[in-house]
Amino acid sequence: MDTKVDPQDWLYTISPKRKLIDLNFKEIWRYRDLLFLFVKRDIITVYKQTILGPLWFFIQPLFTSVIFTLIFNNLAAIPTGNGVPPFLFNLAGITSWNYFSTCLTGTSNTFKANQGIFGKVYFPRVITPLSVVFSNLLKFGIQLLVFVLFYIYYVFFTDQVVLARPQLAMVLLPCLVLFMGLFGLGFGMLLSSLTTKYRDLTFLVSFGVQLLMYGSAVMYPLSYFKARVPEYAWLVEYNPMTTIIELFRYMTLGVGQFSWANFIYAGVISVVIFLIGLIIFNKTEKTFIDTV
Amino acid sequence: MVDSQDIILKAQNISKQYRLGLVGTGTISHDLNRWWNRIRGKEDPYLKVGESNDRSTKGSSEYVWALKDINFEVKRGEVLGIIGKNGAGKSTLLKILSKVTGPTTGEIKTRGRIASLLEVGTGFHGEMTGRENIFLNGAILGMTKKEITAKIDEIIDFSGCQRYIDTPVKRYSSGMTVRLAFAVAAFLEPEILVIDEVLAVGDAEFQKKAIGKMQDISRGEGRTVLFVSHNMAAVKSLCTRGIVLEHGKIKFSGNIDDCLSVYSGNNSDSRMSNYKGKGIIKKAWIPKKNISFLDTLEIKVAFETNIEVKKLILGIVIKDDSGRELLSVNNKHYNQPNLNSELVKKGEVLIAINRLRLIPGKYSIDLFFGDTLVDLEILLDAITFQVSDNNNSFFLSKINLKNNPVFHENIEWGLQE
Repeated sequence: MDTKVDPQDWLYTISPKRKLIDLNFKEIWRYRDLLFLFVKRDIITVYKQTILGPLWFFIQPLFTSVIFTLIFNNLAAIPTGNGVPPFLFNLAGITSWNYFSTCLTGTSNTFKANQGIFGKVYFPRVITPLSVVFSNLLKFGIQLLVFVLFYIYYVFFTDQVVLARPQLAMVLLPCLVLFMGLFGLGFGMLLSSLTTKYRDLTFLVSFGVQLLMYGSAVMYPLSYFKARVPEYAWLVEYNPMTTIIELFRYMTLGVGQFSWANFIYAGVISVVIFLIGLIIFNKTEKTFIDTV
Repeated sequence: MVDSQDIILKAQNISKQYRLGLVGTGTISHDLNRWWNRIRGKEDPYLKVGESNDRSTKGSSEYVWALKDINFEVKRGEVLGIIGKNGAGKSTLLKILSKVTGPTTGEIKTRGRIASLLEVGTGFHGEMTGRENIFLNGAILGMTKKEITAKIDEIIDFSGCQRYIDTPVKRYSSGMTVRLAFAVAAFLEPEILVIDEVLAVGDAEFQKKAIGKMQDISRGEGRTVLFVSHNMAAVKSLCTRGIVLEHGKIKFSGNIDDCLSVYSGNNSDSRMSNYKGKGIIKKAWIPKKNISFLDTLEIKVAFETNIEVKKLILGIVIKDDSGRELLSVNNKHYNQPNLNSELVKKGEVLIAINRLRLIPGKYSIDLFFGDTLVDLEILLDAITFQVSDNNNSFFLSKINLKNNPVFHENIEWGLQE
């Protein structure tokens, strides 16, 4: 500690004023172990003292897909495209939707849920929502694996003519996952910041996410919606999640179509939402403990 | 003149405003008003209206200053005690220092990492084992995985929970959880450590261990520590300098002994060996300058009353520097129970303690002056004095001074078969 420091040269400053985006990447990097430990905690503690344990990761999307297939395809007869098994179609939609929605709901109560820790100790707050996104990424990976297994099953072990084929655009899948993550994270951070002062939003989130699912082309193709309800189609079409899910299904199953415009649209919206969320989150994290 | 290089933390004009009452009513209107003033480049209208934070008197404003214009500096290796009554702003100051919440105005500059210990066991998860929780809690407090791995054996050892370390924490007794949590915190190695009253945890044995560890950290390892506590004995034994907060302002800052006397409402200069009382006791002092073990300690008390009194009683209580009472006697307990049988109005009492059995250290004396019916005047810490170590033949071997405030020079030891 004998290093000669200039009297003006302070290492840290605590002050009320803040830049618009004040992300100290060096600091976040220093806390990377904490991020990892939070992810580990989330994964190992969720299904402690349950009989089925991690199997729950599979059960939820599978059952939802079965129900969706029964209701929307068998009962309501929504077409899923030529030679694409409705079950696979729904599983693809649910897998990608789940990642977004768990990121959103998981991060949207960051401040309220972590009040205890945040009120007692400082670490870069953004670590907490990030850890949610990462642990959900892991769950998404597992669910993706289930999707792949069913894919193989349908192609090789059933008599059904399965025309669904993965497309070359699949190389862009990591980007798509990144968009979903950023979108969910940004939206979640925005909501969590606003809920510290205005609790009304907590009520909105829980059913808002459900409603949003119906507007995100999870259980129907966008083209079918456009053909049947053209006057409201724009609502679904400009929803970035629709674009992402449609792209996801195109990449994996070959239904719908790929356009760079859609891809860039989803990317830009995700980054913008993420930045807005980050700015608001940054503003909130300094004083939320006084208003929460 | 202090070398400016040596200052590790500097707080300038720190203020913190809080809104009283319910958050929610009028929040949006105030927020909008603030925003409207800001875009016109004006000052926040609500910053002007705050009142000083006095818990007991009712104010007219909705806004209150929990802290107002706090300035202080901390030197490297210093242990600063922050004391004050409930609601004086201690915790708010600690929260700002540990970056949990931001100040309303002013800034704090530091030359080192700050780690705060406002609570032990932050982020403990009941479903995870003790070992997993050490890693998680350590990381929350700012340690890297590598640092924790290097110290994990020491931490487990210090906690005394070896047997349960791979059992989920929800199966621990509350005491064990606290021990484990404190053990993690004790091995933090930031340049600046901010501690709230976390020492008040665990059983007596563990508290002693915790205070010992804190002393090691501050003295042995030369760490800068900011310490808030109501435990005056702990503050006194740990801190070198202090700040007294009152109603969100600094009432006094300086030497820790002075801080403690300011805090306890006694503004006398306790370092002086004589005290000029305002009431009946005019003066109390120890004439001899240099007192050592087995000397005769003479205490003189001069008094003057308005009425004439008979059968005076003068009591003394000698306390060590953490406030522990070592001797509590008055003249009735001794062979001359009557100081006077005639009526007197003024005089001087001499108390002579032969063969003083106090080991080297600092002591203070409380005086109780009265007659057989009532105490006419009580002066706490009326005199402080020091027993010095110049006749140290009794203390050559390693006697633990903390455990032996009173020492007997002639205890005979022998083995009998």
